[in-house]
Amino acid sequence: MNRSFAESTARERVQHLFDADSFQEILGPGARMVSPHLALLGVPSSFDDGVVVGRARLGGQTVLVAAQEGAFMGGGVGEVHGAKLVGLFQRALIEKPAAVVVLAESGGVRLHEANAGLIAVSEVMRALLDVRALGIPVLMLIGGANGCFGGMGLIARCADCVVMSDIGRLSMSGPEVIESSYGVEEFDARDRALVWRTTGGKHRYLTGDCDVLVDDDVAAFRAAALDTLPCHRALTLDAMEQEHALLADRLVRFGECTDGAQVWQALGIANPLAVPELDARGVRALQTHDSDVPA
Amino acid sequence: MTDNTSMETLHFEFEGAHARTAFAPILVGVVGSGNLEVLIEPAAHSRCQIDITTSARGFGPIWEAVARDFHSRHGLAGVAVSINDMGATPAVVSLRLDQAAASLPGAQDDQP
Repeated sequence: MNRSFAESTARERVQHLFDADSFQEILGPGARMVSPHLALLGVPSSFDDGVVVGRARLGGQTVLVAAQEGAFMGGGVGEVHGAKLVGLFQRALIEKPAAVVVLAESGGVRLHEANAGLIAVSEVMRALLDVRALGIPVLMLIGGANGCFGGMGLIARCADCVVMSDIGRLSMSGPEVIESSYGVEEFDARDRALVWRTTGGKHRYLTGDCDVLVDDDVAAFRAAALDTLPCHRALTLDAMEQEHALLADRLVRFGECTDGAQVWQALGIANPLAVPELDARGVRALQTHDSDVPA
Repeated sequence: MTDNTSMETLHFEFEGAHARTAFAPILVGVVGSGNLEVLIEPAAHSRCQIDITTSARGFGPIWEAVARDFHSRHGLAGVAVSINDMGATPAVVSLRLDQAAASLPGAQDDQP
């Protein structure tokens, strides 16, 4: 039976993605580790501040897990939310799990807690890279309706491996942010097809920002997480320079493109306009994936 | 900070009948627009205690009616129910409360 990843809550995703009954929550809702800022602004808090963290097993291996709840303030990273993520990564340095798996769904920094959220994002990145430096893989699973934007988009691209569904979106500035900064002529945020052609899972897979593309199904995400569990990517100066070269090359190759479909055409896809109609298997079969990814 | 921007907190208590053995805290629902989260925890008393924090002010009597209805359906004892609400309608609140009660261990035994 297909269980939609996008339509599940963070807790449902954790429950069904990892081995049955293996999840042990850290700082669960009973701990009431809530935002110190929201109540002062007259905004309701959530008992877990919108992120579930803990320990679980994946195919029998112990992993540390975080899942962001997109329905609470768009998954926004506030002070406590960020601190829970940082604490989880720091715990990984001690417990040395098989991986840290993040079910990311976030619009980025929670604007009500802007400064604390921005600091939290940078702290999460530092903690994540410490974990990778120790050789522990970090996986990002992105398939929620709110996508993965802003600071959380940056965090996602710090990981070893990114798994997305076609519903998932990954970017720095969200569609509305681009439109309000540069005007509707530059980007029409209401054009949903355009939004997905430029930030959606298929586009990210074809350009190599996403390593594995799956259908919107919790079981498919689980299978992909199991497959990619040993996905350690070297965190070295050499790898960083390769990445920079890749990005510079991308700007040369695709800098004039105004739409994802033009990028796909430049990648050599015969019928780029048909891409949005393909399912995940169909997109994977296009196999342009390796062309833009450093070995 | 004016009253218009602060949240309302409400507290209700009912004498319960169905005492609970210890259980792990249960959380259902999400604090999203028109939605709420309900946390049920064991408590060292014989009552059903309900604490509500809501962004929608001025609906105390309706909350009381919804809480009373919930208690008449389940009659829980020895539980603390905590709610974070973001403007859920009374019907949604009732469904979430029932969902939380149904998630209690051995909850099926309570159904009439």
